[in-house]
Formats: sequence, structure tokens, C-alpha cells
Amino acid sequence: MITKRIIPCLDVKNGRVVKGVNFLGLADVSSPVKLARFYSDCGADELVFYDITASAEGRALFTDILTEVASTIFIPLTVGGGINTVEDFDRVLKCGADKVSVNSGAIRDPSLIPAAAKKYGDQCVVLSVDAKRVDGQFRVFAKGGREDTGLDAIEWIRSGVANGAGEIVLNSIDTDGVKNGFDLEMLEAVCDVVDVPVIASGGAGCADHFKTLFHALPKVDAGLAASIFHFGEVSIPDLKRALAADGIIMRL
Amino acid sequence: MTAIIDYGVGNLFSLKSSFAAIGAETVVTSDPDTLRQAEKLVLPGVGAFGDAAALLAEKGLDKLVKEEAGRGKPLLGICLGMQLLFEYSTEYGRHQGLGLIPGGVRDIREVVPASYKVPHIGWNALKLPEEKPASPLFRYIKEGDCVYFVHSFAAMDCGADTIATAEYGADLTAAAAKGNVYGTQFHPEKSGAVGLNILRAFCEM
Repeated sequence: MITKRIIPCLDVKNGRVVKGVNFLGLADVSSPVKLARFYSDCGADELVFYDITASAEGRALFTDILTEVASTIFIPLTVGGGINTVEDFDRVLKCGADKVSVNSGAIRDPSLIPAAAKKYGDQCVVLSVDAKRVDGQFRVFAKGGREDTGLDAIEWIRSGVANGAGEIVLNSIDTDGVKNGFDLEMLEAVCDVVDVPVIASGGAGCADHFKTLFHALPKVDAGLAASIFHFGEVSIPDLKRALAADGIIMRL
Repeated sequence: MTAIIDYGVGNLFSLKSSFAAIGAETVVTSDPDTLRQAEKLVLPGVGAFGDAAALLAEKGLDKLVKEEAGRGKPLLGICLGMQLLFEYSTEYGRHQGLGLIPGGVRDIREVVPASYKVPHIGWNALKLPEEKPASPLFRYIKEGDCVYFVHSFAAMDCGADTIATAEYGADLTAAAAKGNVYGTQFHPEKSGAVGLNILRAFCEM
């Protein structure tokens, strides 16, 4: 059986990992290459890199770093941030990314999803969605969660999959940073309408939150988190062992 | 020297990097002389079978690969490259493969229950056949080790040539071998230390 995946997410700005990372025994905690290796060695099933750089120089630096990561780490790599065109897909895939995550770029231009899926295959196109409850609806937010697009998240995700998105990352703004558990209600609403892998993001604070996630929603394929891994609040090997002991299929 | 056959299908960056990581010298090429001189050949591939088979034939590399495999040179097909080793595929019509391993490539929906998501994407455990010794390709790995899959079609009816399966509502062919010809449906170059150990075993053949 396919294992459930545990995915650390690294936000990279101007060539460095941001959001704070605090590891004992890791001298340069903001080096994306060193962190990628650390996570790969401790059993991460996949890595997600978000490029939150705004400048062209920062973007060039990001692709250099991605190339270096991809030449030393041999697990699937997903790249997001600043993906607005099929050329952006091309740029990061050539550096060794396996999947490309689109968010605001697809909101601005929904034809990006089918165009990229046709060229690189559905499995390559990840639709990342930041969603939040507004007026009793799950609403899509753009620009890193700052702008209400007015789009209904469930409908947006359904149409994204119909157009070729091969995987969904659902980040609940309501639970993100609260560390009180994943947004099971929102995730379930998404799982009900798609048949591609769904990655849960936002709200994990401890190992039990992953247990609850995978037991409550068997259709969720992966749990993604950043700071709890970066700050060592949850260790990936311990987490995976605990989940496996609890009957969840893991790669150990 | 191991040659990775470059016939215009997919990105060979990770594959080349993974061989480099185990200290193996590789060249990525479509040059027939270089391919003939290489000690081992790797046939990669992503995308659709028919397109890939046509590209391979266009460059005359289909004949070359068959000749070199016939001379006993170790050959490793990966993902779509593995599928090309079989007699045929039914992906978007019926297409002829290299026929180096008996059997055909068909949609996994034929055997996988409807409740399973297709493509089969993610980490899955290898099951090694009990009735025979493990393939030399797997000398450094063990039953239950996980490898990374991304595919909707798989080799079927390859019987005794199957050297590993993966359980996904059905036993899917994960790897096959006939003599010096090996194929992995999964991506060793994306399968962490387990994948690198499979490549290492191939390099030592």
C-alpha cells in the first residue's frame, strides 16, 4: 500500500530558509541545502520549497539552490512560489523539481493548470490553496493569504482537478499557526469532491494531530508542516514511528 | 562508464545526479558510438509510451539497445524506460516495445479496484518473490523497503521475469528482469537510500 507522507516545507527567501529554524547540532540552520539533507536523512517523504523571493536576483539564486538540493537529495521535491507561467514550470523542473505547486498564479490565470498538465502531466501539477471561512463558505485567499478572491474553495479545487491538477495542498488559514490540529472539516469537504491526493497543511502542533488527521480522514495522503519540524517540537522519525505503531502505513 | 540514453524524453538531471552520488561515472548521450562503448546502459523515460517508442526509433536507438542487450550488456529501464522493454503497450492505442522481456504494458485500472486512485503515486513497499533468490539488482535492499512510484500503466503477464511487486489493491509489477536486462517501474533516483542502493547494485554488474 502507498504510505502516508510526512512533508516538511521550507520557505526560501534570497537563498536562505526563513520562518526561523532551530536545530541542535546543525550549524547553519538557514542553508536550504543542509536542511534538505537533514530532513531527507531523518525520513521526510518529500520536501516542499516555497520561493518567497520577490526580486529577479533572488529568483536566480533560488534556482541555483534548487539545483544543488536536487543533486544531493534523492526524494521527491515540490517547488512553489512565483509560478505564473509554463516557463516557470520549465525553469524549476530543469533544476530537478519533480512537482510544481501553483497558487496565486493559477488564480490570476486559470489556464495555467491545463497548459502545464498537458505539457508535463497531471502528476506534476500541484494546486496549492489557502482557504478561510468567510460568511459560511470556504473562501480562496491569494497573495499568501492576504487577499480574499471571492472564489469558493471547494469549487475552485474541483475545477482545478478537472483541469489537470494532480494533487491538492490545502492550507487552512483558520488553523494555520494555531497548533491546535488540522482543519478536518475543511479537508473533508475537499476530499469529498476530488480523487487526487490531498495534502493537509496548517494547524499541526504535535504528533497526535497527525494521528487524528490520518484516522479521521483516510483519504488524506500527507501532512505538511513547517515550524514544528524546524523547531524540533515534532521530530520526523519519532512522528513516523508513532504513526506506524498506531496502524498508519509509513515508510520507516 | 554507464551511458544514460538521451532520446528527448524527460529530465535526466536527478538520474545523473543519483549516479554521481554513488560515485558512478555516467554520460548522458544519444551518440551511437558512445552508447556502444559504454559498459552499461540506462533507458529512462517519462510521458506516453507511443511518443517515447517513436522517438527512440527515430534516432535508431531501438535497434542499438536491442543489439547491445543481445550482446549481454547490462541494461536498466526506469519507469517508462522499463515499459519499453516489453513487447507492447496499450497506452493510447497499441504500440510495439523492444520485446526484450516477454509480456505487455497495460492500464493498472484493469487490476486495481475502482476505489484506488490512479495514477499510483507515492512510496510503496517492495515485495520480493519467495520462490526464488533475490535478483542481483536487489542485493543491497530487503523485502518491505519503500520506493517511489508515479505511473498509470504497468507490465503484466511477465510471470517468472517479475523480480518485485508492489501491493496496490493488486500485485503490480514493480521490477522485472530477463538475463542482463532489468527494469524498475519505480524511480530509484527518487527513492532515497534504497534507490541509490539499487543503482549501486546495477553499477556493480
